[in-house]
Amino acid sequence: MMLEEALRPGTAQAHSPQILPAGGDGLLVRFALVAEPRAIAAAQSFHQRVTESDLAGLREVVPSLVSVLLRFDPEAVTRAEMAERLETLLSEADWLSAAPHPAQRVWHLPVAFGGEHGPDLEEAAKLAGLSPQAAIDEITATPLSVLAIGFAPGQPYLGLLPEHWNLARRSELNPRVPKGALCVAVRQLVLFANASPTGWHQIARTAFDVFRPDQTDPVPLHAGDEVRLAPVSGTEMDALLKAGDPMGGARCEVRS
Amino acid sequence: MSGGSLILRSVGPSVSVQDMGRPGRMAQGISRGGAVDPLALVEAAALLGSRKPLPALEMAVSGGRFEVTAPTRIALTGAPMQAELDGRPLRWGASHRMEPGEVLSIGAARAGMFGYLTFAGGIETAEVLGSRSAHLAAGIGSALEAGARLPLGADPEPDAPAMVLTQDDRFSGGTLRIIPGPQTGLFDEATFARLSTTEFTRARQGNRQGVALESDAPALTSDKAKGLASDVIFEGDIQMTGAGTPYVLLAECQTIGGYPRIGTVLPCDLPRIAQAAPGTKLRFKAVTLDEADALALRWEAQLQAQRAKLRPLIRDPHDIHDLLSYQLISGVTAGRELEEENG
Repeated sequence: MMLEEALRPGTAQAHSPQILPAGGDGLLVRFALVAEPRAIAAAQSFHQRVTESDLAGLREVVPSLVSVLLRFDPEAVTRAEMAERLETLLSEADWLSAAPHPAQRVWHLPVAFGGEHGPDLEEAAKLAGLSPQAAIDEITATPLSVLAIGFAPGQPYLGLLPEHWNLARRSELNPRVPKGALCVAVRQLVLFANASPTGWHQIARTAFDVFRPDQTDPVPLHAGDEVRLAPVSGTEMDALLKAGDPMGGARCEVRS
Repeated sequence: MSGGSLILRSVGPSVSVQDMGRPGRMAQGISRGGAVDPLALVEAAALLGSRKPLPALEMAVSGGRFEVTAPTRIALTGAPMQAELDGRPLRWGASHRMEPGEVLSIGAARAGMFGYLTFAGGIETAEVLGSRSAHLAAGIGSALEAGARLPLGADPEPDAPAMVLTQDDRFSGGTLRIIPGPQTGLFDEATFARLSTTEFTRARQGNRQGVALESDAPALTSDKAKGLASDVIFEGDIQMTGAGTPYVLLAECQTIGGYPRIGTVLPCDLPRIAQAAPGTKLRFKAVTLDEADALALRWEAQLQAQRAKLRPLIRDPHDIHDLLSYQLISGVTAGRELEEENG
């Protein structure tokens, strides 16, 4: 009943967690409609809680920016039963004011800003009201969180940058950014898994490969990981790209 | 056990190996992929007596010319296409035996978009992340080219009789049942209602990622879509682009997107949209969650249903009650009567 009610046209709520049907075998728990910090933190905390919960009949958990998708096995549990279990989990805490657990893993990724590796750096910095160097300093000083993996395999959405980075997407699509392009828009950075057209601004590039289909762990970054960007020169990036190591000079620090 | 090789003498522009895909990897940014018409793989499994769907060649609009190096049964399912074995026309929606040296020619689709060629021993190319499917959008595997040789598994029962089934009709458009989704609430009542009263035409733009629809009706837009956080998206979602034209996502869609979705097509009706050729008429019909959940069938149950429809391709004359009305050649029918019977 509650599910059908939540779905009526014209009833989208800006806040409060909602449990919503999502396709033939899914339910979505959504904390907000826009990518605001407390909803992002709520989605991360709730994702962690669901992952630890061992809910019966749960087949797949997919965290996104402000929501968590849960796919269930329709032969093991009905949609209503799963909604009820999620309702119970949700009632455990005030997720929108919950502080997320600190990241267990911190990735340090070498990136080259500007020049041929970041052709849109100057324009993006200007839109953010900063000099290119101030933009680089601010972005590298910000502890970034992997908010979600998606669109393409392994591709991370990183954020959030300070409010003045709430840049619109470019009106004209960049027909092709290379694999490894680091692009900025809407207070987030995306690290491209493959060469792709995009409306985001390419400010830097990394030699870190976010998708490695022939390896046991094809997607090294996980939602909730922290990412620190370490600036290197264009020449150093050329050398890293040429070396062809999928780690691209990155290292992963595991916190105990 | 090896079943020899499949040799692609020539091949259409979009032929790839597809199985049931890679479910369960959305958190890694990988959509299911696999056959855009999984029912075709289930039909082939029924025809070949396989306990589970086998990897097959998915052929978009046209096939190619194929040879094998060991005898095997094949199944032809999905969009009916022109098919000949050494010049003899082959029945679609059926299994056949193919010998080394014979040339299988598969031409243009007579209806629908995606035909499937399945081998009884399966295609044994290397698995990537648990599946043999090419995921073109994710950069896993690629479309096949002329001259390719693919390893086949041995047919466990090469002498089993050829079978036929009447394929579920999904090649001529019709009604797609939908349920509301997480973003239906962003659209107003009138817009959502208009989705069900509008007749849509399958547009020219479409591939394994999704299909665009057109209509003469006013655009289906939401004024609450601006600034929306990107969110998970999946097969069946009806995405509304800025222009307000629906784009229905298919097996190889991206996993996160920013456009709002007005609703979701039920998995059982997705073959109907995947198989709609440009110009085909389609409608949406909203159903309740309970109705949708009652229709959710796993492939195991679908396979059982398809098995129940199997008949021998050439029927024993003793089984034909009106035998005298058929033109007989050496005691068997020419088979054409059966084609007409099944449309």
